Amino acid sequence: MNFKLKDIVPQLITVLAVVLVFGFFTYNAQINMENRGIDFGYGFLSQESSFDVQFSLIEYDGSHSYFRAYLVGLLNTILVSVIGIIIATILGVIVGIARLSPNYLINKFAAFYVEFFRNIPLLLQIFFWYFAALRALPLPQDAEAMFGVFFLTIKGLYVPAFIWQNFNIFIYSIIAAIIAIIVIRAHAKKVQENQGKQIPVFLISIGLIFILPLLSFLIGGVRLSFEVPVLKQLATTSFIYEGGVSLPPELIALTLSLSLYTATFIAECVRAGIQGVGKGQKEAAASIGLTPNQVLKLVIMPQALRIIIPPTTNQYLNLTKNSSLAAAIAYPDLVLVFAGTALMQTGKAIEIVSITMFTYLTLSISISILMNWYNKKIAIQEK
Amino acid sequence: MSNINFLKPDRTNLNTFLYLGSFLFFISILDVFLNSFFRLNLTGFLPNFLSFLLPLILGFVGLYFIRIEYSGIKNLDLLNKHINTNNFNAVLSLLIIFIIIKSLPPILSWFVIDASFAGDTKDVCTGSGACWTYIKVWMRRFMYGMYPNAEQWRINLSFVALVLLGSVGYFATDKFKKYLTLYYVVIYPLIAFLFIFFFISGGPVFFDFSYGIIAAILSIIIGFFIPSKFKFYYFLIIPLALYVILKYFLFFEEYIELGKLDGLNWVETGAWGGLSLTFIISFFCLIFCFPIGMAFALGRRSEFPLIRYISVGFIEFWRGVPLITVLFMSAVMFPMFLPEDFFIDKLVRAIIAISLFEAAYVAEVIRGGLQALPRGQYEAAKSLGMGYWKMHIFVILPQALKLVIPGIANTFLALVKDTPLIFVVGLLEIVGMLNLAKTNPKWLGFAMEGYVFAAIIFWIICYAMSKYSYNLEQKYKTDR
Repeated sequence: MNFKLKDIVPQLITVLAVVLVFGFFTYNAQINMENRGIDFGYGFLSQESSFDVQFSLIEYDGSHSYFRAYLVGLLNTILVSVIGIIIATILGVIVGIARLSPNYLINKFAAFYVEFFRNIPLLLQIFFWYFAALRALPLPQDAEAMFGVFFLTIKGLYVPAFIWQNFNIFIYSIIAAIIAIIVIRAHAKKVQENQGKQIPVFLISIGLIFILPLLSFLIGGVRLSFEVPVLKQLATTSFIYEGGVSLPPELIALTLSLSLYTATFIAECVRAGIQGVGKGQKEAAASIGLTPNQVLKLVIMPQALRIIIPPTTNQYLNLTKNSSLAAAIAYPDLVLVFAGTALMQTGKAIEIVSITMFTYLTLSISISILMNWYNKKIAIQEK
Repeated sequence: MSNINFLKPDRTNLNTFLYLGSFLFFISILDVFLNSFFRLNLTGFLPNFLSFLLPLILGFVGLYFIRIEYSGIKNLDLLNKHINTNNFNAVLSLLIIFIIIKSLPPILSWFVIDASFAGDTKDVCTGSGACWTYIKVWMRRFMYGMYPNAEQWRINLSFVALVLLGSVGYFATDKFKKYLTLYYVVIYPLIAFLFIFFFISGGPVFFDFSYGIIAAILSIIIGFFIPSKFKFYYFLIIPLALYVILKYFLFFEEYIELGKLDGLNWVETGAWGGLSLTFIISFFCLIFCFPIGMAFALGRRSEFPLIRYISVGFIEFWRGVPLITVLFMSAVMFPMFLPEDFFIDKLVRAIIAISLFEAAYVAEVIRGGLQALPRGQYEAAKSLGMGYWKMHIFVILPQALKLVIPGIANTFLALVKDTPLIFVVGLLEIVGMLNLAKTNPKWLGFAMEGYVFAAIIFWIICYAMSKYSYNLEQKYKTDR
């Protein structure tokens, strides 16, 4: 070991600087909290919150604890992110493929979409949908039914509610179908590698995923009925819909703008991925007699996905983080419920902001770990 | 004439198919056009369903007839190649053409034909179109926020001066070109800062922070003449010593008042706003986040494990949290971390927060560039006897930065698009001002116009930036 001063000094100075800054902050925070009579601690989480949240996935009212309020916000954030990710992926893939279309009009149309939506700040888009576009919708009493059961009004979208009997059996049947598909896929792969026979896995999978849940209806005692929203008059000019599920306009505006915005970035990732696969690969695959479908499935997509997935993961993370803009239009997400209302009521700035940030960090890191795992799985395995 | 098979258009009956096909295609477009622009329904006599679908069917058949390969007519071949390769593409092309024709009249009438431009009260806006009068009346607020009308020339003058000073690079002769980097990295930001602080806000020149700036610049300039053997220790001590000397021995409190420009009122940052605030914030965050990001990118690739871990922690932390919570932190949590009598303006706090946040993204982009450089570059630089800093400044960074121009441009675009979020700390740039104007009782109901106006402005800025970065990328593209 030969310690050189030049190796040690920079590290020591950096660490010292970091420690000093943090120490300075902590010291000040302690003095400030003493002066203002605030005590540090997470005990408030179990106290009664005494505020209401308009839209929540779990049962919640003012008598529940702050922790429950935190859960409500977290679930709402996850809800928006999941819906947004699904729509953005579908839209992004379609637009990304359209960008590569030989058809001039489709190509330009997709390019216009991408250039238009990604160059306007997301917050502005959310405001536009929420304050301008959705405000132009009809009042509940004037709304016309879409397909007879959906009602799109200024107060939100009303859709029929599913009323299940023995819902758990239905879920079990789906889980069983998925497990069966995984097993069959593994088996089919083995058979193909050992004997060269191909089992029609795709058809079997489709069959399984439909037949098993259907069986649960026929013999498992699962019943499904719909509850269609019905217009109800509260006062002479005040109407609401009763029954069914109501999606608040905040949720609609948020998912719409998040997915339209993120889809542009995903589209670019998809385009880059498909363009990144060499032309020779396609020609080589065709020349050994693969059908166009097989070329796409076995040669192009596996290689393109390898390029597409890392940047797309980043976009998913961005979407999740951008969902915090919900606070601007009062959609009760984590930031609004917890870092907004709860912080105002308790005044526990440090605790609440740190919990909020830690939650987002956990969400981001877990998505990226998941995607890294998948990425590693499909990476080129060099022998 | 040979026998015609209408299901298989071919070259032998080229003219028949061409005339028939283009006639049908023309009819279908004309039908939609008349329907959309003049509310005429040519096919109104047909049942509803058929009348709706007829243009599509006619157009489809028409396009099918003119889809003849190698027809020998240049334009027809081009048309077939671009919009009419197969049935599926033909239908999609038709749909897009119809959508464009259908959506043009409502958009045009809302934007121009039914819109009101004149007047300066809400009363002129009676039509069904947009009320651009609203934008006209509120223009000053959207551009300058609550900045006093009589003082707005200060913002205009500063911006013009800064743009002129910023464009020096285009006019520099070869003799001065080598100093441009120094100018843009050190001197120009300082001038910009002085302009903004001294002129737009009307503050005194000599205050704590400016000692720091002067100390840093002086030490960098002297640093050029220090032999590299002592450089490391020099930079440890001198900046701090200079700061102390400047603050406690050279300038005294009485200079503070002396430095203030006569006749300029102090305009507090709470009154700043509108588009000019967007520019100010983007500009400073851009200037600050770049060196910070570069430092952390180098830190992440450093040989010293402690520095590497700290850099990774910094980068991953900021990349993992949303900007809105960072701003929340700067608004409610940060004041708790400072001594009680120590006050930092909320604009400065917002700029610090956004800079640190974007710096993490810049760091990752630059790291990508550093990793993409072949090892040979490092080895060659080392074999020439270059030290760490010399190697990075003269060999590695110029190449790495050239590689990551698109990535950096994207980060800066994201930065500009993130500025509206400063509403969290109570600053109102253009989107915030729109929300304020929207709730003014005299001007209710014009949300759409405001958002469309802001969207157009942002779109122009962002699109111009992305095109510029594309040009830059092409200009600096080097083959390896």
